[in-house]
Amino acid sequence: MYEKFIKKYAPTKDNLIYILHEIQDNHPQQYVSEEAVQEVSEYLKVSPAHIYGVLTFYTMFSTKPRGKNIIRLCESPPCFLRGSEQILKKLKESLDVKIGETTKDGLFTLELCACLGVCGNAPVMMINEDVYGDLTEKKVEKIINDIKGRQE
Amino acid sequence: MANNKMIKLWIDNKEVEVPEGTTILSAAQKADIHIPTLCYHPDLEPSANCGVCVVEIEGQPVPKRSCCTPVWEGMKVTSNSVKLRHLRKTLVEMVLSNHDVVCPTCNQNNKCELQDLAYLLGVDDSRLPKILEKKPIDDAGFSIVRDPNKCISCGRCITVCQQVQTVNALTINGRGFDGTVTTPFDKGMSESPCVNCGQCVVYCPVGALREKSNTEEVWDALLDDDKYVVVQEAPAIRATLGEEFGMDPEKVTVGKMYAALRKLGFDRVFDTNFSADLTIMEEGTELITRLKEGGKLPLITSCSPGWIKFMETYFPGIAENVSTCKSPQQMFGALVKTYFAEKEDLDPAKIVSVSIMPCTAKKFEANRPEMKDSGYQDVDYVLTTREFVKMIKEAGIDFKNLPEEKADDLMGAYTGAGTIFGATGGVMEAAVRTAYYVLTGREMDNLNVEAVRGMKGVKEASLTIPTKDLGEVSLNVAVAHGLGNARKLMEKVVSGEKEYHFIEVMACPGGCVGGGGQPFGSSLADRARRGMSLYKEDSDLPLRCSHQNPAVNKAYESYLGEPNSEKAHKLLHTYYFQRSTANGQTQKEVTHKH
Repeated sequence: MYEKFIKKYAPTKDNLIYILHEIQDNHPQQYVSEEAVQEVSEYLKVSPAHIYGVLTFYTMFSTKPRGKNIIRLCESPPCFLRGSEQILKKLKESLDVKIGETTKDGLFTLELCACLGVCGNAPVMMINEDVYGDLTEKKVEKIINDIKGRQE
Repeated sequence: MANNKMIKLWIDNKEVEVPEGTTILSAAQKADIHIPTLCYHPDLEPSANCGVCVVEIEGQPVPKRSCCTPVWEGMKVTSNSVKLRHLRKTLVEMVLSNHDVVCPTCNQNNKCELQDLAYLLGVDDSRLPKILEKKPIDDAGFSIVRDPNKCISCGRCITVCQQVQTVNALTINGRGFDGTVTTPFDKGMSESPCVNCGQCVVYCPVGALREKSNTEEVWDALLDDDKYVVVQEAPAIRATLGEEFGMDPEKVTVGKMYAALRKLGFDRVFDTNFSADLTIMEEGTELITRLKEGGKLPLITSCSPGWIKFMETYFPGIAENVSTCKSPQQMFGALVKTYFAEKEDLDPAKIVSVSIMPCTAKKFEANRPEMKDSGYQDVDYVLTTREFVKMIKEAGIDFKNLPEEKADDLMGAYTGAGTIFGATGGVMEAAVRTAYYVLTGREMDNLNVEAVRGMKGVKEASLTIPTKDLGEVSLNVAVAHGLGNARKLMEKVVSGEKEYHFIEVMACPGGCVGGGGQPFGSSLADRARRGMSLYKEDSDLPLRCSHQNPAVNKAYESYLGEPNSEKAHKLLHTYYFQRSTANGQTQKEVTHKH
């Protein structure tokens, strides 16, 4: 099932992370499933235990199905000092999820991440590939609603 | 390090000279300087997770972990200081703040390395707040229980599971403070490729890994007048009990072991050594038949249930090479509720068949659905050495001063060949003794097969046998212990790089004396010593070959017929499955019952 993504790369262990990214990026639920791990394990001759260790070490990977849009709010000190805690509270409330959870409609997953490198615009979050800075509660509400609107 | 360059350094002002590449910790040990450790174990690659072994090095801004820092010329090390003591204490306090401190009921109580260290360092358990968030205990399997609340993430279990055994059932989930030891996809040991070898249990410094205990069920059976409780003990048990009761660890304690079992209330005390001899009659006959009739070779032993599940998971293609013989435990179990019940006129439904094993995988083996050839579950309960020791202590038995007793007749007699099953190479040596006799019509001049003894990972030998009907036969044999070694050997067999007639595989380093049910912390040195004590018992016994065992011969004459007879096949032989490398579950039968 994942063969076409896996076979893009040579069967050497150093390709493990590239293959996992390829699988995750092509999955509609943006995660790496058990079945995928098994296929990669057989292709690279690396144990599923090792692959699971790699998947859980890097926060960019998920072993559980996720929403269409992944929100990553920076939890590093500069964003914290500029009020990321309040932003997190707002996100949790308006999406009705806890950290790591996906909304019931499958549209959003809320995650935390380390510094995104744009501390000048703290607090900052990323949704998929886009960065949003100088966040306020109001701004967060608008961003979420805009994305919801685009999905309909 | 390939070169022999020597490095001179000073530890606590003491001059030490060690080869280049030596760690500070090893250099200190050589100089008889004690540095406290927690995650370190001499048998395993250091994981450098805990930081307790820190030392100060002159000119270095911060203390370094001595377990993984190599020495350099002129290095000046301080192993103990106010700063280091404070650091070590704080580290242990942090471990305790996230540890389920339930020492009185923990099975590691009095053996726990964390308990010891915390006490010796004078740690204040109440200084830091408790931050432990309780997680569910993984006890769904038959063999091993994992309690994540006691885990200190030292990583020993992962090192032994991945590097030594190459089973790859355990891994780290997440990282940093949130990192936890778990199985792939957090599905639990029984839904992982775990083969139940229990090496993780032996190396766990705390109570996070243990056997699934059956002592309660056994006590219930012993205290039930309606039940007839029969017990067998593996060869390795007698080589281990002495060290647990403050006796000479180099001597086996057979007579006291029997006496203790009777005191506990077992109705009949037999010996797995009997069925080890029986295994040789069955497996030896199988080998000779395959040699004579051109059957599948090499023949590979099947006594070790950890190895069997490993084979089913990673090498199902060689299942036909694996002997169809059940392990001695299961042969014994099948006979207790048939042969023994018939001879003694007992209702097999009332017999409770208990085995005492150095092994955690034996619990899984006893519960395999196909192990019911007597019409009942052949072995009801398996106790590890640790559980047995606990029962003896609970009953207040003064083991050291017990008078020696003998095993009961019918299934109690054994030879030296049976006893050496407990050490790596022992099954091979026992089989060679009997195969030689069957093929030549006479006993070997020297019964010791030194080439297959000892702790080398893979041992090979070529034995010349002047047979009666095949002329001079040279028998190429190999012995592997530890599943990492078994994997290497099997890869060579599968690729055709090596050709053998007969291979012995034991899942645990050192063989059964190094099993997952043996005392916590058993090092390779302990295992080697226990093996030696079994070879010593063998050399002292009047009968040293399985075919000389009078009880085994009686079982054939009066019940089984001859080795590999139809009845023997029904009760004493088995078949194998292919298992998923993802979760260890059976996928299909790959060999079949005759």
